[in-house]
Amino acid sequence: MVNVRKMTDTEYLYGHKACPGCGLGTIGRLTLKILGKRTIVTLPASCMSTVTTQYPQMNYTVPSLTMAFAGTGAVLTGMSAGLKAQGITDVHVLGFAGDGGTADIGLQALSGAVERGDDFIYICYDNEAYMNTGVQRSSLTPIGANTTNSPSGTASYGEKKPKKNLFEIMIAHRIPYAATASSAYPYDFMNKIEKLKGIKGPRFVHIMCPCPTGWGFASDLTVAMGKLAVETGLWYLAEYENGKVKMNQTPKTLKPVEEYLKGQRRFRHLTEENIKEIRENRNREWEEIKQKWLT
Amino acid sequence: MIEKENGSQRDFLNGDEAVAYGAKLCRPHVIPVYPITPQTIVVERISEFIANGHMGGEYIHVESEHSAMCAAMGAALVGARAFTATSSQGLAYMHEMLHYVSGSRFPIVMMNANRTLAAPWNIFGDQRDSLAQRDTGWIQVYVENAQEALDMIIQAYAIAENDAVYTPVMVNLDGYVNTHTYELVTIPAQSEVDEFLPPFKSKNAIDFEAPRSFCISASTEWNMEFRYQQHEAMNRAVAVIAEVDRKFGEKFGRSYGGLLEEYRGEDAEAVLVGMGSVTGTARIVVDRLRDRGLKVGLVKLRFYRPFPAEYFKALGRRVKAIGIIDRDLSFGYEGAVASDIKAALLGSGAGPKVINYIAGIAGRDITKENLEEMYRKLFNRVQGREEPELQFVGMRW
Repeated sequence: MVNVRKMTDTEYLYGHKACPGCGLGTIGRLTLKILGKRTIVTLPASCMSTVTTQYPQMNYTVPSLTMAFAGTGAVLTGMSAGLKAQGITDVHVLGFAGDGGTADIGLQALSGAVERGDDFIYICYDNEAYMNTGVQRSSLTPIGANTTNSPSGTASYGEKKPKKNLFEIMIAHRIPYAATASSAYPYDFMNKIEKLKGIKGPRFVHIMCPCPTGWGFASDLTVAMGKLAVETGLWYLAEYENGKVKMNQTPKTLKPVEEYLKGQRRFRHLTEENIKEIRENRNREWEEIKQKWLT
Repeated sequence: MIEKENGSQRDFLNGDEAVAYGAKLCRPHVIPVYPITPQTIVVERISEFIANGHMGGEYIHVESEHSAMCAAMGAALVGARAFTATSSQGLAYMHEMLHYVSGSRFPIVMMNANRTLAAPWNIFGDQRDSLAQRDTGWIQVYVENAQEALDMIIQAYAIAENDAVYTPVMVNLDGYVNTHTYELVTIPAQSEVDEFLPPFKSKNAIDFEAPRSFCISASTEWNMEFRYQQHEAMNRAVAVIAEVDRKFGEKFGRSYGGLLEEYRGEDAEAVLVGMGSVTGTARIVVDRLRDRGLKVGLVKLRFYRPFPAEYFKALGRRVKAIGIIDRDLSFGYEGAVASDIKAALLGSGAGPKVINYIAGIAGRDITKENLEEMYRKLFNRVQGREEPELQFVGMRW
């Protein structure tokens, strides 16, 4: 377990230009504090690279590489192989990629790297749309969300498809370690990083990262919004290792989805009927979770 | 295999196998490759070398060419020597990554088996795949035979990893004509190659004590300066290419002339310029025509980037006609090589007559008869007769 009192005071990521209220900087900062100085970070085109590696203001004090959008998994493979070939065994190679960079354009490279069993850590921070390019939908945008290219209108309620299930895609690869997390639950997240640090092979964390700018809520509500996602059952915290899934947080009763949806501009247009559909989707998914992982 | 005294060996190899031996001798740490015809023999032989313990390094079964170049870049970032090979559609698929690698100044070496691009789909050779990568910032060299292919993989690392260069190199072999044709090839001794190409300590790699960010975003205020430095490195490569070839010649007894090789060009009135395998056939034709008293010569253009513009400017002052063979076509204009040479000839005063021959598309043979005809047409121009400036050689109509 992580003891924050004993955490290093050294900062490996600071001075970034993320929007006020964004959890991204915190995720990066905490991850690097746990993994330490001998970590190499790679970032595809994303908010994370845009806000941390703009020449000449470099925000990492560990080595970093900004990479092509589609290539995070493959560059992690190359770094890992290059270190191995030179007999270097005490270095973490870490990828930070967004939801589009992971579940859409980066999925092939990620799948290849996981299938090969290469030694790396991959963190998908999920703000549920292409935020860096101005809030366009990705395959991890939730159903009903209004984005700039899946707008709600007289003939549309916004995004029409539920989120792709990345966690289960990773499980299907029989990956050594996969987890979901949330920037609103930093202890849970840090403990997962601490745990995966000691595991060899591909390790994957899918962390929800609420986005004040893209979702439309005040910048002091990021943590509240992240917690509501879990409390309403629209997101869950889980781990997969040794072939088994463990739910880290199982709310006894799920809060009404409205509490989460009504606090965000991107869902403001939803009708009672739309909300009912989201509620039913959630209920169905939880029934499945109970049958699969909670019996 | 015939053992020779100094540890080198002679064997009957095709171009792909020669490349695999060349790569093996350079001891790359990481070899991320994806199979594509007609490059496949390279990836097969390297995997066999490793499977039999004859070669070290990490062989990565990447799931695409885009990932092959990403993995090569990741390896270069941690200071490893990386080798990969591709062809045609694969080269096109990794196009984006070619820019990333050159812009980040990673000295990766790649073999490309020149093959035409779909559509219409075809697996045979022409050079449009690599010529279309002109502005990706890679040094490009085209070889004539299997021996030159092997030797140029070794030279390519020496060029790419030179302090003044730090620019990736693409070694091009004509699909099938080079990649699948067997020739007697000398395989240098490992100890000799080790002396020529010592282990690489990259100055452009991670250091945990002095952490740097690589391949960063550079704003409008800074971006042009990064491009200028790439341009300067490419210009410095001109001297490095010549020097590496000279040293290679001293060590191994074979050298290739650097940016280009001129064959029987002294006192020539009409010269043909070609790249790759066609130059082998053209030498025979030059000899034949010289025997008949015709003053013909050949320019084997080896490096497409950096481009030997000064040489062509000077050539334009001493010959009467230049025929440029392009195994490619920039639709709506002319061949890519012709455009570059014609631009260089603007500095030649009155300048020679020029004909651009589009030939050898998608593996179509360029025969000795075709080449003789090309020379004949150049003399037509010299004698004041009309000839189209752009001609399609060996076409059905």
